[in-house]
Amino acid sequence: MPVADLLPELMVLIGAAAIVVSASFLPHRLHWLCAVAAIAILLASSVVVLLRWDNAAQLTFFGVWALDGGAGFAKLLIFGSAIVASALSPQWMATDRRHGEYYGLVLFAVLGSVMMAAAADTMELIVGILLSSVTGYALAGYHRQWSPAQEAAMKYFLIGALANALLVVGVVLLFGLTGATGYSELTVALAADPDPWVMTVAFVLILIGLAFKLGATPVHMWMPDVAQAAPAPVAALVTVISKVGAAIALARFAMLLPGNLAWPWVIALMATLTMTWGNLAALWQTNLRRLLGWSAVSQSGYALMAIVVIGAVDQALAALLVFLAGYAVANLAAFSAVVYLRGRTELDDYRGLARERPWTAAVIILALLSFLGLPPLVGFFGKLLLFSVVIEGGYAWLAVVAVVNTVVSLFYYLRVIATLVLPRQDQGAADMGWPAGLTMTVTGGMILGLGLWANGLINLAQSAMLFLPE
Amino acid sequence: MILTAALAVPLLGAVALAFWRGWSQSAARLWAIGISVIPLVAMAVAWWRFDTSGTMFQLVEEVEWVPSLGMGFRLGVDGIALAVAAMSALLFTGAAAYPVDTRGSARQYYAWILFLEAASLGVFLALDLLLFYVFFDLTLVAMYFLIAGWGHGKPQRAALKFFIYTLFGSLFLLLAILGLYLATDPLTFDMRELIARQPLAGAGAIANVVMAAFLLGFIIKTPLAPFHTWLPSAHVDAPAPASAILAGVLLKMGTYGLIRIPYSMMADTFAEWALPLAVLALISIIYGSLVALGQKDIKRRIAYTSINHMGYAVLGIAAAGALLTGSEAARSMALTGATIEMVAHGLITGSLFLITGSFWQRGETYDFAAYGGLSAPTPKLAALTTLAAFASLGLPGLAGFVAEFHILVGTFGVYPWLAAIALLGLLITAALFLRMLQSLFFGQLPERWKSMPDLNAAEFSVLGILLLLVVVIGVYPAVLIDLIETSTGWLVGGQ
Repeated sequence: MPVADLLPELMVLIGAAAIVVSASFLPHRLHWLCAVAAIAILLASSVVVLLRWDNAAQLTFFGVWALDGGAGFAKLLIFGSAIVASALSPQWMATDRRHGEYYGLVLFAVLGSVMMAAAADTMELIVGILLSSVTGYALAGYHRQWSPAQEAAMKYFLIGALANALLVVGVVLLFGLTGATGYSELTVALAADPDPWVMTVAFVLILIGLAFKLGATPVHMWMPDVAQAAPAPVAALVTVISKVGAAIALARFAMLLPGNLAWPWVIALMATLTMTWGNLAALWQTNLRRLLGWSAVSQSGYALMAIVVIGAVDQALAALLVFLAGYAVANLAAFSAVVYLRGRTELDDYRGLARERPWTAAVIILALLSFLGLPPLVGFFGKLLLFSVVIEGGYAWLAVVAVVNTVVSLFYYLRVIATLVLPRQDQGAADMGWPAGLTMTVTGGMILGLGLWANGLINLAQSAMLFLPE
Repeated sequence: MILTAALAVPLLGAVALAFWRGWSQSAARLWAIGISVIPLVAMAVAWWRFDTSGTMFQLVEEVEWVPSLGMGFRLGVDGIALAVAAMSALLFTGAAAYPVDTRGSARQYYAWILFLEAASLGVFLALDLLLFYVFFDLTLVAMYFLIAGWGHGKPQRAALKFFIYTLFGSLFLLLAILGLYLATDPLTFDMRELIARQPLAGAGAIANVVMAAFLLGFIIKTPLAPFHTWLPSAHVDAPAPASAILAGVLLKMGTYGLIRIPYSMMADTFAEWALPLAVLALISIIYGSLVALGQKDIKRRIAYTSINHMGYAVLGIAAAGALLTGSEAARSMALTGATIEMVAHGLITGSLFLITGSFWQRGETYDFAAYGGLSAPTPKLAALTTLAAFASLGLPGLAGFVAEFHILVGTFGVYPWLAAIALLGLLITAALFLRMLQSLFFGQLPERWKSMPDLNAAEFSVLGILLLLVVVIGVYPAVLIDLIETSTGWLVGGQ
């Protein structure tokens, strides 16, 4: 029965609606119950995904929805990230009059990203991207009295409107060219060598649409703004889930493309530009959250490396998934620490943190070293697999580019780390209380824990695959 | 278990320092000394249990870690690894015991020292290529924090330069490791398998690219000129025990890595690259000694002699790997010499850097023009410095001589001209150490140093033990050579 195939998504959808409704009846001081409900729903959905892990990969709902390991892994990452973000939010949002609805929006954003990851139809993909974007704009601008948040939301919206429009044009061109939107029919139609010019234009337009959600050059500008000025739990959420959803969507779409398109070179170029731009822009940031935003851009560039060789190298999808998992954990940990410190953003305010709050500083340091790819943290295994698959796929130069970028990135990660350990007595500012502290500890522990237990993560990723239409 | 214990104990010791806040300055120091003795004992036991007529790798311990990638927690030693690891364990104990100003954060300082010990021993004991890399990178983090946190001068800058430069090298190392790994079937990071299979033999251009990346990674670490520019600033600005570890242990990872990986796992490609590598080593020998001669600063001068000495070690390794068959005696001698050089340089230069720490604690300057005539107020300091300097310049009867003699005689059998030119380096080194001794200990004693305190008991006993071993190896080198030759036999061929 197809409806049951969507059980995790339906749970999230119904839960989101229920939260929105109940938020209007609950007294404001009890709105934190919505966070508990959201976490419970997401946990239950994750369990359903895990229970169905070993089911055969297939398309469902008339071929528009993929049920495969790639989508499943992405769902776990997205649900997990949303759990972390929800756990970080209650104190942050406590004084906001619209506290309860916030969790509804979070769940809708989750649905959008899940749709991106699972869409096996270009129309479905558009719906997913739009749902993810619309909720993303609202979440980024949730503090509507605060002008930086408005600016971030506005930039996000303007770039998004452009990118989404281009995406729609690309999908329409592709439909005009092949008469199909479903990936199964597209595979057949593309095998018949349609007009390469139209095909190229359609590909580039769709690529830009996905690059926007991925935070890849040339439509990455929203990422640092959102990271800096959106509510910190939202920044943690949006930078991760839209990237995960878009990366899987792009991998899935790339596998359809005919070999004569030279698409791997286009994506390799995009990867190079994205990681280089992100790293160079991060070099002299004086705002930690903005720095994390630029670092997130460069991480998108690394993720694209796996997509370059997707389909050509067996382990490419596993590399992408492990890398995304490592990125998600480290990014959530870093933002948890920021939330725990009540959204402290200026790098100067972090001086001497290692003395005042050694554990918080340790989590930030672990997260940054994991971004760097330092063994045995979880980020190391992601980068290791990425390097491995691009070398195997014959793109060793891309690995060298990534190495040079990694060295550049060390410079700004060390700027942060050095600031943390610099001697200065802090003013002893208050923190966000135990839920944020606990979340920070758990995600920080996962950076090391998933690295030491990399085998389980890698096995799970290796068992995942993308459903290939015959 | 003995090798795992050598890694686990210092790691747990570091964790205990990091997690519990109640350590006093002296308790933390005593704890660090006590903990660091345990790996030393473990190495002594391993040495005692090592069978010099046995297989190449012994005392192997193996646990699966990431079997889906063919990676395991594999430890084991051959004669070379054991010799270098034992020297490292000793140097760490010395570094922990040596008095240093920890600026009110003794707990963190000693935690990093112990963490660095675990990571460093891991590099030498790993029998898994990826595990080797894991430890190789972890040493960078620990050394970064030691330099940045407790250095002087411009420590942040020096630490940053050190980390960025050596991470650059180690990432190329990672790419090379992957290149080698991807050529195995089934995929494995097991060093024994990789040595037996020679995965890139006859692979042509790919083998050369991988070799170039390996050499780049290890040459930066060693370092050879012109990739040495991170070294002087890191050495000079680091606290003295960290400098001693940096020179004595971390630099060895470059030369040890050369022997363990490209030399052993890509023997035929290494033979093709041996001559350029030997020439580069020769340039380092001459360049390092000439630049050292021009330094006015004790620590910088010693730092540059490291480049000179590591040049000898690489020259020996290159000569040993230059041929696949033939001249076994000479090549074996060169490789033995290179290993003794690693041990001797660790002990000697480690001592010299610790001595510079004593100068800093007394005079707050490294400029040796500021000192003079110190043999009168500080006779112990003068005696031990003189002994270390003579050992470093290669005086017969001391460890440095044994090493350089083996290297030069061995190299002479393969590259006679290079060996002849390398002799020049010995002359310059002699000149630079003699001049340094002269200006520190003889001549006019400045008024302000009249009451300079001599070495205290802790300093004297640490330096005494390190230098005693230098004498023992110099007088009776067979203790070391027997151990090392079990490995060179496997590595040079003829067995």
